[in-house]
Amino acid sequence: MDNFWDIKAKEIMQSFSEDKNYEKWKEAVLNPWNKKTGYKDKTRENSSSMPVKELYTAGDLPRDAAERIGYPGEYPFTRGIYPNMYRGRNWTMRMFSGFGTPDDTNKRLKYLIENGETGLSIAFDMPTLYGYDCDSKRAEGEVGKCGVNVSSLHDMERIFDGIDLSKVSTSMTINAPAAILTAMYFVLAEKKGIPLEKISGTVQADILKEYIAQKEWMYPPEAHLRLIRDMLVYSTEHVPKWNYISVSGYHIREAGSSAVQELAFTLADGFYYIEMGINAGLDVDDFAPRTSFFFNSSINFFEEIAKFRAARRIWATVLKEKYNAKNPKSMALKFHTQTSGYTLTWQQPLNNIVRTTIEAMAAVLGGTQSLHTNSYDEAWALPTDDAVKVALRTQQILAEETGITDVIDPLGGSYYLERLTCEMEIEAYKYFSEIEKMGGILNAVKSGYLQKEIADTSYKKQLKIEREEDIIVGVNKYVDRDEKPINTLKITDVAEKGQISSLENVKKNRDESKVSRSLEELHKAMEDDRVNLMPYIMECVRNYCTLEEISNVGREIFGEWKEPKIY
Amino acid sequence: MLGGRYSVSGRSQKYTEAPIKVLLAKPAIDGHDRGIFVLAKAFRDAGMDVIYAGLLPTPEEVVDTAINEDVDVIALSLLNGAHMTAFRNVMEILKKRGVQDIAVVGGGIIPDEDKPALEKMGITGNFGPGTPLNVIIDHIKTRAREIRKMRENEY
Repeated sequence: MDNFWDIKAKEIMQSFSEDKNYEKWKEAVLNPWNKKTGYKDKTRENSSSMPVKELYTAGDLPRDAAERIGYPGEYPFTRGIYPNMYRGRNWTMRMFSGFGTPDDTNKRLKYLIENGETGLSIAFDMPTLYGYDCDSKRAEGEVGKCGVNVSSLHDMERIFDGIDLSKVSTSMTINAPAAILTAMYFVLAEKKGIPLEKISGTVQADILKEYIAQKEWMYPPEAHLRLIRDMLVYSTEHVPKWNYISVSGYHIREAGSSAVQELAFTLADGFYYIEMGINAGLDVDDFAPRTSFFFNSSINFFEEIAKFRAARRIWATVLKEKYNAKNPKSMALKFHTQTSGYTLTWQQPLNNIVRTTIEAMAAVLGGTQSLHTNSYDEAWALPTDDAVKVALRTQQILAEETGITDVIDPLGGSYYLERLTCEMEIEAYKYFSEIEKMGGILNAVKSGYLQKEIADTSYKKQLKIEREEDIIVGVNKYVDRDEKPINTLKITDVAEKGQISSLENVKKNRDESKVSRSLEELHKAMEDDRVNLMPYIMECVRNYCTLEEISNVGREIFGEWKEPKIY
Repeated sequence: MLGGRYSVSGRSQKYTEAPIKVLLAKPAIDGHDRGIFVLAKAFRDAGMDVIYAGLLPTPEEVVDTAINEDVDVIALSLLNGAHMTAFRNVMEILKKRGVQDIAVVGGGIIPDEDKPALEKMGITGNFGPGTPLNVIIDHIKTRAREIRKMRENEY
């Protein structure tokens, strides 16, 4: 019997018709021409292994194209979630930043704000992402390397020193310890005297994609999912402008998936969180509007644009038809985009500016709400000030020089793009059906099925590059014999030493009895699954318990996690 | 010193025929595993016997696995900037355990200026992004051949 997903896929397939004139044209014009010029046509595919025809025509549109495409700001939101899109307001230019000590990062944030950045986005280092303090044995050599180090509330105070949290929205790429960092942000606002209703921002928090792709976790999945539920419920009640989760495909793509896999696995994760909120007793329309997404924009231009449009249409359809949402805001998929780090090459790094520009343009033509553009030097190291500035200027040029923001969804109606959008929807629905048959996304993650799918795609891609079927300029074609080194950002061990002594100070100056009491209370609360942990974590944070101390309470209760073997 | 790893009689004659055994490992807290899975599959397709250490092993665990599994080569990869500390830790533990007949090769996001220091520790290759798979495979084969020759001379 067909499930919901099979039915949706069939509906789209059945809406296609044939274009007899196209076949005639091929016979009469194209084939003779190819023969005459000696051109031997072969199948071409996009990253999702979908064959791409040489031409798309009116016959490629679904018969009910007008309804499927619709209007901007209206169900099914194919053309964008706001009625006036970028005419009303440009996307938020949000550069993912963080390195070294909190003071280093504070300086970088202020530099970006001075240069016209409109939203903040914080990158944390590996120890922070795994819930270890800077003085942990496991943190050795990693403090401040891939992002900023945060070991206690004190570090958050330094990152946001002199920045008005009521005026700026902040995104934090933090997953396993998301509840702790969120608590730190809330307490920071409290200490600055800003009511929680006034702060706005997003935490990534999507733990399912961690097991699928980014591989940064502390506990088994169920424990993290409970913490997400607690953030969801707490934010819905107390922090109305807080996006408690950013369901993320970015990392799924970077780990090697195709565009369709990114689309399908990400939305499948999103549906899981919706069901979690409903199961926690909330009305879908109370929390679904604060769900947000984060996608990759890679180098196959039209495939990416189609992916963004398909994502919006699927989300709207499923929220309405499967989860019975009534509020259009629940159905409108809003998302952040980052250009693809994977497509950046170490070779001839200036070429990366061009790649990033194309990917950024795809994101804008796909209707993104905010955008991070990678810097050209990021295959070498974390970016320098100068490289970041070029990346930010790329967005400003797109927004203010090119005219692409003047018309809403300017590619809407393109035969190719509309057909591709439909086909990506169909492929995604097929994946949803398969995942359901496996017993749901959590089972698909725990069994390693999704991880294996991604690793297989990534290996196939690499072999195509090795065989020079896929070209990467400067890497397997147009290669320079001599690559000249470029200036890169250096993060020395000074950051690690500085953080360790700063943490020592924090520990010297805090009230130890309050520390142990709040940790004990958190421990008790964690043992009862019905208790919302957010207030308890906030109390720990207020008392300057460290990230690792708080994380360890969970490690004691929930244990650790070893990934399924996929190789 | 080598814990009796080569006491199986006749084993040394077979060194040259047995597939190269390689341990792939990311010896730090670094979840970027796209590259290491590509390498695992490519090494396997090149006829090697591949062991993957899984995520988040400590340098001690990497060395333990290498010894227990009797590998020819340890291939270390990090993309998180911690290679100078983590790779060095692996080398020091190998030294402490008296292991001299395992080759160690490296790769990842490794700045040029770090490469001489890594070479000096005995870590070769130190391949960066965009390196063709066959270059890496050839290097592993060369190092394994050296190691096996060394073992033959020892026994």
